[in-house]
Amino acid sequence: MNNIIGLRQMNVNQSGYIHHLSSHGELGRRLRDMGLTPGTEITIKGRAPLKDPVALRVRDCILTLRNNEADYILVNIGERDV
Amino acid sequence: MSEKITIALAGNPNSGKTTLFNALTGSRQQVGNYPGITVEKREGFISHENKSIHVVDLPGTYSLTAYSQEELVARNFLVMENPHVVVDVLDATNLERNLYLAVQFMELGIPVVLVLNMMDEVHKRGITINTAILSSLLQTPVVESVARSGKGKAEVLNTVVANVADHKQQEWNPLNISYGPDLDPKLEEMTTLIEQEDFLTRYYPSRWTALKYLEEDDEVRQLGQKDNKRVAAKLENIQAKVSKHCQVTLDTHPEAIIADYRYGYITSILKQGVITHTGDINRVNLSDKIDKVLTHKLLGPLLMCGVLYGMFFLTFGLGEAPLNWVQSFFAWLGTTFRVLLPEGIFQSLIVSGIIDGIGGVLSFVPLIIIMFFGLSFLEDSGYMARMAYMLDRVLRTFGLHGCSVMPFIISGGIPGGCAVPGLMAARTLRSPKEKLATLLTAPFLTCGAKVPVFLLIGGTFFPNHAASVLFWLTLSGWVAALLVARLLRSTIIRGEPTPFVMELPPYRLPTLKGLFIHTWERGWQYIKKAGTVILAISIIIWAAMSFPRLPENTQQDFQKRIHSIEQGINNSQSQEKQNQLKNRVKEIKNLQAQRTLQNSLAGRLGTSIESITQWAGFDWRMNISLIGGFAAKEVIISTMGTAYSLSETDPESGQTLSQRLANDTHWDKATGLSLMVFVLLYAPCFVSIVTMAKESSWKWAGFSMVFNTILAFCLAVIIYQIGQAL
Repeated sequence: MNNIIGLRQMNVNQSGYIHHLSSHGELGRRLRDMGLTPGTEITIKGRAPLKDPVALRVRDCILTLRNNEADYILVNIGERDV
Repeated sequence: MSEKITIALAGNPNSGKTTLFNALTGSRQQVGNYPGITVEKREGFISHENKSIHVVDLPGTYSLTAYSQEELVARNFLVMENPHVVVDVLDATNLERNLYLAVQFMELGIPVVLVLNMMDEVHKRGITINTAILSSLLQTPVVESVARSGKGKAEVLNTVVANVADHKQQEWNPLNISYGPDLDPKLEEMTTLIEQEDFLTRYYPSRWTALKYLEEDDEVRQLGQKDNKRVAAKLENIQAKVSKHCQVTLDTHPEAIIADYRYGYITSILKQGVITHTGDINRVNLSDKIDKVLTHKLLGPLLMCGVLYGMFFLTFGLGEAPLNWVQSFFAWLGTTFRVLLPEGIFQSLIVSGIIDGIGGVLSFVPLIIIMFFGLSFLEDSGYMARMAYMLDRVLRTFGLHGCSVMPFIISGGIPGGCAVPGLMAARTLRSPKEKLATLLTAPFLTCGAKVPVFLLIGGTFFPNHAASVLFWLTLSGWVAALLVARLLRSTIIRGEPTPFVMELPPYRLPTLKGLFIHTWERGWQYIKKAGTVILAISIIIWAAMSFPRLPENTQQDFQKRIHSIEQGINNSQSQEKQNQLKNRVKEIKNLQAQRTLQNSLAGRLGTSIESITQWAGFDWRMNISLIGGFAAKEVIISTMGTAYSLSETDPESGQTLSQRLANDTHWDKATGLSLMVFVLLYAPCFVSIVTMAKESSWKWAGFSMVFNTILAFCLAVIIYQIGQAL
């Protein structure tokens, strides 16, 4: 299980698969609407000059998230979950 | 008569939906607002194959939930207005995410035509999309297009017309997706209940209602409560049980499962031969390369400052000439009417009330047009989103959004801006609370009309330091705007920040056609809507500064004195004597103007509040000028000139007024400073107020007037009192 880390801990250009998304309500809905569902591959594309927000590639588009929003997302940086 | 067809154009933001709309309707479009809210409603009319087609451009959304105004508007339009077809525009380079919305339309059951846009980019990236397979799997017509060049336009219309003919007399046919073993049985149970009770069935398909109950959709729940409390309670009960079960056994929520299965459905369809990659998937695309520079941690902010400054320079540098033309034209018109009409109250109404009023409104138009042109370019090209991304961390501290920076800069973050286009620039903010806080605080910045006041007063009381006075006041404007935003966001506009989850769309060169259409319609909207209200208020302010008039005998006294001196001029032989007498006439006329102003409603108000305003060092003359400043801040100096019974004061130089103030014992540094801070912060001019009301509501516009004035006055009192004590 040590392959699973918070999205905030990921480095730029690192990829992984979403393991779990724990936010509920509006934020949760928005994240899912934008395609962040468990099992989806994401790649960190960069961070803003002040290290927050973070930009990530998901399903062929680039999204930005604030760090405190990214904290709801756990990512598996190892092999893909089956 | 030709057949009428209504189509709704829907799709994700940045999918090229508006570009397609422009391509379809050209200039035959109109913009309004959906009733009661500030979401824009765009409509257009076209005729195709003897049918007249009414196209409604729905706001861009990612989903059909009820969280944002845009989503609600889109959903309610479909359900309440029943368009014949939804034309869903998809960014084909990002098909998976874009199909998420399409699937939701299909679940609602409304006939859908899918338009795969940006096919040129798809080919460039070495991707092949088999639209025939996609169409047969989804059982929906699919059309390819390149909206930028207008390619696929005719196919879209042909497909729409054919589709409408097909669907005639037919019921909506909702798509049923399986939501897995945990939800499907419950969905079934709820659907049966809904059908038995005929619950909300006149609005929504029954399974859709059940689904929305599982998603805990507020809008549907409220509607359900109104429709049938008993059934609504039963459904909510089932939902609560399912929700609990999911949390205990799966550590998730039903809405998460629903989203999962929806994406699962889409992925399974795309895997059946719809998409094939022929090129290198990992090829770095152009957009990523540009981002390496434009959002670089050092270069990014530097370039952004350049863009902000460029935008400001463009608006006010390029706008200056047309602004002067408009102003000179109205000045000429005023002079003409002053000559044509006999002197008196009617002339004053036409010239000072109406012509100055309309001139004031129209002089903003060049600025608004240029500003929107630049803004549309930044937005359509994708740079605006990057700006929000880079600045979010800073502005979030004050309860604002990364996108708040543009309204601030335009409003006068760089001295010389203007709050009217600035407030309009706040339209790019999609989060309602942050937008409101931006609207309420942008007028604190140093707009172009405040600058002459600062230069005159600053130059008078801080000789040779006028520039640094301007600098510190500009800085104070920023501090005030940010601190007040923080204050508002932690009091009356309290609430969690709106999630920042935002898309950084690929960089694209905007189409000129789109830029021109948007720019023009916004300028026109301003002229049309604000113009009427602004003209009315302008006449009211004129009346308040002209009525009641001086008593008849006082007026006659002035006339007599002028008349007798004028006779003296005629009788006198020496040139020197004549000039002396002419100056005497001027002085008396100025005195009459001063008395008229003092006697007017505004003058009386200014005099009556002197006992309060003296705490800040303001006498009745300053009070009247500040009341006049509500019409436009430029008016402050000219009104002060009249109040000090000086002849026509040129607001740009105001030399005589400056000397007059410097020699006045009532004025000192503390008075000057207190006045400048008050002018910086007090009620926005009424053109801004009207604009603010259009962008939010009259309630907030009224709040801004009262709150800003109280805040400004408190600070002015503190400054004056400290200044006196020192």
